[in-house]
Amino acid sequence: MSEGIIYWLQQALNALQLGSIYALIALGYTMVYGILTMINFAHGDVFMIGAFFCFLLSSTLNLTFVPTLLLTMIGTAILGVLIERLAYKPLRQAPRVSAIITALGVGMFLENFTLALAPYPKHIPMLLENVTWNFYGITLSSIQLVIISLSLGLMLLLDYIVQRTTIGMAMRAISWDKTFVPLMGIPVDFIISITFAIGAGLAGAAGTMYALAYPVIDPYMGIMVGWKAFICAVVGGIGNIRGAMAGAFILGTVEIMVVAFFPSTFRDFVAFTLLMVLIMVRPYGILGKPRIQKV
Amino acid sequence: MNKIIHPLLISLLSATFLASCGDSTKQETIKVGLIVELTGDMPAVGASSKNAAELAVNEVNSTGGITLNGKAYPVELVIEDNASKADQSVAAANKLISQDNVVAIVGPNASLGAIPAAEIAEYNKTLLITPWSTNPKTTLDTTTGKPKSYVFRACYTDPFEGRVLARFALEKLAAKKVAILYDVASEAPKSQADLFRVTFEELGGKTVAFETYTAGDRDFSAQLTKIKNANPDIIFLPAYYNDVGLIAQQARRAGINQPLLGSDAWSSPELIKLSGGTVEGDYFANHYATDIATPTAKKFIETYNKQYGNTPDDVAALTYDSMGLLFEALKKSPTLERQAIRDTLATISNYNGVTGDIKFTGGSGDPVKSAVIMQIKGDKFVWVMNAAP
Repeated sequence: MSEGIIYWLQQALNALQLGSIYALIALGYTMVYGILTMINFAHGDVFMIGAFFCFLLSSTLNLTFVPTLLLTMIGTAILGVLIERLAYKPLRQAPRVSAIITALGVGMFLENFTLALAPYPKHIPMLLENVTWNFYGITLSSIQLVIISLSLGLMLLLDYIVQRTTIGMAMRAISWDKTFVPLMGIPVDFIISITFAIGAGLAGAAGTMYALAYPVIDPYMGIMVGWKAFICAVVGGIGNIRGAMAGAFILGTVEIMVVAFFPSTFRDFVAFTLLMVLIMVRPYGILGKPRIQKV
Repeated sequence: MNKIIHPLLISLLSATFLASCGDSTKQETIKVGLIVELTGDMPAVGASSKNAAELAVNEVNSTGGITLNGKAYPVELVIEDNASKADQSVAAANKLISQDNVVAIVGPNASLGAIPAAEIAEYNKTLLITPWSTNPKTTLDTTTGKPKSYVFRACYTDPFEGRVLARFALEKLAAKKVAILYDVASEAPKSQADLFRVTFEELGGKTVAFETYTAGDRDFSAQLTKIKNANPDIIFLPAYYNDVGLIAQQARRAGINQPLLGSDAWSSPELIKLSGGTVEGDYFANHYATDIATPTAKKFIETYNKQYGNTPDDVAALTYDSMGLLFEALKKSPTLERQAIRDTLATISNYNGVTGDIKFTGGSGDPVKSAVIMQIKGDKFVWVMNAAP
């Protein structure tokens, strides 16, 4: 293969890795919005807590990759449910903006709580043996392979849960109508908890994989990544799960390709301009549909 | 409602006002301000700096403090955290100058905070000594192009470091092609990258990639793929130690095995932990080396080690020197006026510091001193050579 093609394939691989991580976080935003029409701004910090769980499990308990990943996902899932029960549920009848302010507050609490315990950036030990393969000049590392395949696996699993199971059906029903669905005997609180657990669990998985790929973590790491994932969810059409995945891979690709084409200084500027144009053309996102206001 | 709040507020305000008045009337100490990066991107820098400053103050107080006109004043250190941010550095400088009434300020360390804080100090005619800020703009009045009157530093400058490193890469490492990756949002790495490039090309080298990132970035895969494609002999990475940890590991994973070359921002013991062995054998420029230490330095390293249980890094050494320079000026100054202290410091011609001999000439706040090149071996920084100006 020619040098040029190899270079572009390598950059495409980078984009796939970045997009996978954005996707796992974007799913949490979109699921919560779908079911509560609320933007959970603490979600980026749940992702950060995931990375710190990963640090604790791997460096103090010396666990290997698989138990670290599973325990982190369980840990963040519990955290997600706790946040919903303690901070958001009491405000469910309050104006939407109160819940959003609360979410910002929860995010700041998580950041500063972690900062108090760990003021120094932490280094994540090598959880996976670093093997690099070379295919015709394209470098693929074991970490890239794990991130991409595991993320795709989790996304397929989520899609299956939402589209094919009873719980998924209940989620879709609640997002469709919150007045009559409870009357049909669907336990709304339970389903909302499950939604938060799944969203936060995915953020935990993203935190673990992020910590593997970028092994220096700090309490503020969730802010920028959280914003970007939120933008992915909006671009894909917030509330739409497949849309969030699409949005994440689009942002990942744009970010990497801008750096590949232009000086890297232009990245955020070009990426966000492109996304704004996309939103102007399709105000409800790529896969979003205008919500019909019932009178 | 308003009628109740107002008297309450007024009594509260007057109470705090009176309290602060009470403090200033019984002023028997010399207050010195310290602005450090205790939280934010580089807490290790702030911690070292704070430790060294406290050590210097304890030492001077244990010998009775500063004697002036036959009266001894103990030194009191007022510490402010700037969270490694520009705006908080400005706020901290303002607070120290107008509220705490300090005679002089030491810090901030990183240029990002030191440059704005220096503007405030200059405007308020208060002496500021930055231990670690190597950016030319810190001591330069950008509107007139002349040196600032009230801002000094204990370290060398970026143009000097850029020149030294470019020459080292060409002459000692025999590198012909360089790739540069730096943080555009931070002042020091930016000017180091620019000045390295200029010198490297003047001396006959070639820059094959000139890539940037922004503070807070984690993913460098696109830039590294570009650099790998350009096939350089060496990669110049003027980045802070926590970024170096991330970049070096991603570079090695992407199959980039060329040596990395760093700036003084590498010199934190944290670098070894954060980089996971990926910078083994690489070089960087520094302000001092613990293994060629002079008697003054040996004494400092010993005391510091005894007190804090680790070897002082360059920030600690430079903070200690900044405090030392300030104490020297205070001892020789005729009065405790801010202006008099500044005028005394500007004439210090041979201060025997931990990081070498320091002198100030021609009213400039930039000292005349030399740099060292260090190599990373295991968990140690080993001295390679001295680079004199």
